[in-house]
Amino acid sequence: MEIGDFRLLAPEISLLGCVLLVILLDLFIKQKRILATVSIAGLIVSAGFTLVMWGTPPVVILSRTLAVDAFALFFKFLFLVVAALIILASQDYVNKFERFQGEYYALVLISAVGMMLLAAATDLIAIYVALELSGISLYVLVGFLKDQKSSEAGLKFLLLGAVASAVLLYGMTLVFGFTGRTCLMCIADFLQGMPATGILDNLALLLGLILLVAGFGFKIACFPFQMWVPDVYEGAPTPITAYLSVASKVAGFAVILRVFFVALGAPDWMSLNWGMLFAILSAITMTVGNIVAIVQSNIKRMLGYSSIAQAGYLLVGLATVGMATGSDTSGQSGLIFFLMSYAVTNLGAFIAVIAISNKIDSDAIDDYAGMGRQASLLAVALTFCLISLIGLPPTAGLIAKIYIFSGAVRHGLLWLVIVAVVNSCISAFYYLRVVKVMWLGVPPSKEKVPSSWALRTALAVCCLLVLLLGVVPGSFVSIAETATRFFGS
Amino acid sequence: MSVGLEHYLALSAVLFSIGLYGVLAKRNAVVILMCIEIMLNAVNISLVTFSRYVVPLLLTGQIFAIFVIVVAAAEAAVGIAIIIAIYRSRQSVDVDKFDLMKW
Repeated sequence: MEIGDFRLLAPEISLLGCVLLVILLDLFIKQKRILATVSIAGLIVSAGFTLVMWGTPPVVILSRTLAVDAFALFFKFLFLVVAALIILASQDYVNKFERFQGEYYALVLISAVGMMLLAAATDLIAIYVALELSGISLYVLVGFLKDQKSSEAGLKFLLLGAVASAVLLYGMTLVFGFTGRTCLMCIADFLQGMPATGILDNLALLLGLILLVAGFGFKIACFPFQMWVPDVYEGAPTPITAYLSVASKVAGFAVILRVFFVALGAPDWMSLNWGMLFAILSAITMTVGNIVAIVQSNIKRMLGYSSIAQAGYLLVGLATVGMATGSDTSGQSGLIFFLMSYAVTNLGAFIAVIAISNKIDSDAIDDYAGMGRQASLLAVALTFCLISLIGLPPTAGLIAKIYIFSGAVRHGLLWLVIVAVVNSCISAFYYLRVVKVMWLGVPPSKEKVPSSWALRTALAVCCLLVLLLGVVPGSFVSIAETATRFFGS
Repeated sequence: MSVGLEHYLALSAVLFSIGLYGVLAKRNAVVILMCIEIMLNAVNISLVTFSRYVVPLLLTGQIFAIFVIVVAAAEAAVGIAIIIAIYRSRQSVDVDKFDLMKW
């Protein structure tokens, strides 16, 4: 360990400093809006450090526990952008809890630090600690409103999350016991040297692998660990729902990609097995998510199920990574591009929902009737994001789906792509129902729905990115391809 | 017969299963939290065992166990806080009664 290592941790350390500053200022400052400004300034500084490091050769620091490579830096930047947009989008919402605004911002930032470390972690211990750092702060945030629904959501999330992390730990223990190592590169070295027997001959490793998938599966909400999603999404404060569905899920995919590709990706007999496992999970996840979403009447629950379905499409990318033998990285870059597009699209949809719900004080889809006339810009933005979630032109969703599915077809997953395309058609039904209610429904009143400039800015940024990713995807694709450069691959 | 690797692992597996059973079967939120602690302690036993028998010269497993203990304490603190918050509004910690939101 060297002092120079800490220089490479500048994004995380500066953000932690900002968290402390926010908590400290909260004690003295009456005008709580300043705290939001400080938080966003901290995020911008941290993002600046991340950008400066982009393009430097990949290294591992602190006794091989954290990697500073293009992959980690890309995800750090993504989490910082998402956290900044969430804080902007919370500006109207925070008035609901007069007293604890400082804590709210601090917790959002701390969980962002946890996710940044999660994307960089290359050691099982570091992965566990980073996962819990982001997880525990999210448990608190979900129960933040302290009303009945919010506390119930917080309790459900905490209990299920704690069980999932215990299961994950047991899996990590078995992998550690089998290989005697906790650092991912060392595990990979150990597995390389093993004779090429089937995975069924190594029961401890097989069980460890399944438990790892179960533990991480909770984080990304894939079948059969998706049960918590609708309840937690409905009960949590809406900005936190957005944060959960975007940042937390992206962090889950980042860590799965690193663990499975770096540590367990090397011998072909191993990666083919987990690739197929992810392919099967993917087919079930997207089908369950889409079918149950059809009958939902609450927009937060509907977006919850839709995010389960999106996790299904994302798992197609993971399955491709597993099935691809050799040096083809189209699975990874497809997954990263889809994550980028999913993050901005879903965030945009949720910010529009925050703005509308804030005014009409309801999450029922029927109450969105006539929103096209009451708040035209918000309705246009929401429609645009929903179209992107379906995957229609000219949006990010279409390009992302083509990219990820074409990779899957090339690696023999044609059946999975057919399931996914059928699912996309099913999903159009419930997304377009919201659009129909908004534009064709009769508004209960002529009153306009106002929104603050902060929300509008955040929404505009999201919609602009959705459009850019859909119209000029070239430069974003090359970013995604650069971001597939792991340390040790 | 001396006590060896497999005995400790069996103990750990049994404890883990007892904890998981408790989580699934019990109705009191505090008891569920206790069962989760049992699961984490089962993990600690197997971590220390593997460390002792697989890599006796390194302390990786023991250090991992210490991290788990610390994180478990943080998790329990947050858990109890959320349970108190929900008890204040519902006068109950029975998870069967927390059914405001259902599909």
